[in-house]
Amino acid sequence: MTLRGSRWFWGLLAGITGAYLAFILAMLAATAVYSAPSDLWKALQSREIQHSIWLSLCTCTVTALLSLFIAIPSGYVLSRATFPGKSWVQAALDIPIVLPPMVMGLALLILFQTWFGRLLEKAVALTYTVNGVVLAQLVIGAAFAIRTMHGTFDHLSARPEEVAMTLGCSRARAAWLVTLPAARRGIFAAGTVAWARSMGEFGPILVFAGATRMKTEVLPTTVWLELSVGNLEAAVAVSLLMVVFAMIILVAVRRVGERV
Amino acid sequence: MIRFDKISWSAGSFALEEVSFAVPAGSYAVLMGRSGSGKTSLLEILCGLRTPSSGSLWIGDNEITSLSPGERGIGYVPQDGALFPTMTVRENIGFAQRIRGEPAAATKATVGSLAERLGIGAVLDRRPQNLSGGERQRVALGRALASRPQVLVLDEPLSALDEELREGLARLLKDIQRDLKLTTLHVTHHRQEAAQLADHVLRLENGAVVRESGPPQNG
Repeated sequence: MTLRGSRWFWGLLAGITGAYLAFILAMLAATAVYSAPSDLWKALQSREIQHSIWLSLCTCTVTALLSLFIAIPSGYVLSRATFPGKSWVQAALDIPIVLPPMVMGLALLILFQTWFGRLLEKAVALTYTVNGVVLAQLVIGAAFAIRTMHGTFDHLSARPEEVAMTLGCSRARAAWLVTLPAARRGIFAAGTVAWARSMGEFGPILVFAGATRMKTEVLPTTVWLELSVGNLEAAVAVSLLMVVFAMIILVAVRRVGERV
Repeated sequence: MIRFDKISWSAGSFALEEVSFAVPAGSYAVLMGRSGSGKTSLLEILCGLRTPSSGSLWIGDNEITSLSPGERGIGYVPQDGALFPTMTVRENIGFAQRIRGEPAAATKATVGSLAERLGIGAVLDRRPQNLSGGERQRVALGRALASRPQVLVLDEPLSALDEELREGLARLLKDIQRDLKLTTLHVTHHRQEAAQLADHVLRLENGAVVRESGPPQNG
């Protein structure tokens, strides 16, 4: 009776998981066989698309590094410190995760119409530039990275850090020598999440940095531009390329994450 | 001597109010009390990891209330050992000397002699996750002793060990404390452990520390 009940239970769970997985694979397979390989190859030979690939890889990498620069200290503060209004701060830091990306782009654009934005713009040109692509990716990518780092520090006991302090370390040195090395998997995961999220970002980039060919065009923008002119083969080719990038990232997270 | 003088501290609904007691110099005091009575909090206050709202703390003739944890001269062994997970046993024990910038040869000598004394010479190149419970507690003790503390503070260091290991490590603790004449404050739930180790048994009850046994205390 127990074994039979158990079989039904596992069967039901496996069925739900299998159905979802089959749907995802069916989507990818349909996309993969939609165009002939020669059409895909031809699309990838286009100078515009090659520029878009290169720009996507560069901006996503810069965004991932900048996201870590923000996420490591923010995650540490949220995990270790107690202060009034902490839950409000946590909720505010999650805003970029829950708001529609397009709204984030619009908010960015409006910010850069204010005196503060204009002041920033005098130091670094951002609106409708490559810097703007990075900023649009960063506002959302960093929020995901902060959430990952917060979880990482929550799972690491504060006790070793406190012992290091009794042995002569300042709080900062204890965090640097004891906690950060222990958080390396989380740091890798946070960087990867920010990179992958940035690779798929479209709305805020379109609104804030534009979709100018050979200038601010990244892979999701390419898909949109190619679709808008009816070049379905090119849109499919770029989509497949993004699937490959996603697979590489997922495998890297599993492989490297287990080793670091 | 360790002296708590009217120490008060609170967190949420929990409060310790005007706790006073002393541990004579060179003696081994065991602090007992129910779970949640605030024993660990008292140790953390002594180590400088929690800030009391009032009162003063003394080690010998020096008031340490406002000193940073690293300036207090306390060797702290928490309940789970809290070893540094990415460092080897050798690096864990040599940590305090490395922080102070002491020569590598001196650190090596200290690590070697402590490892021999604690019986962990064979595991010096292992990481904490590859150690048994008893080995972990010995490494935590070695790391605390390597900082040459004036005072040793132990938070249930033997609670996770089986009876045989517990007795062996308790004997080692007592021998080391006697040899180094270290003033020691040890928190435990086990009466047998207290009887085996303590010169003084203290009990934390309703926010006050009362002396259960041992010679009269000064201060």
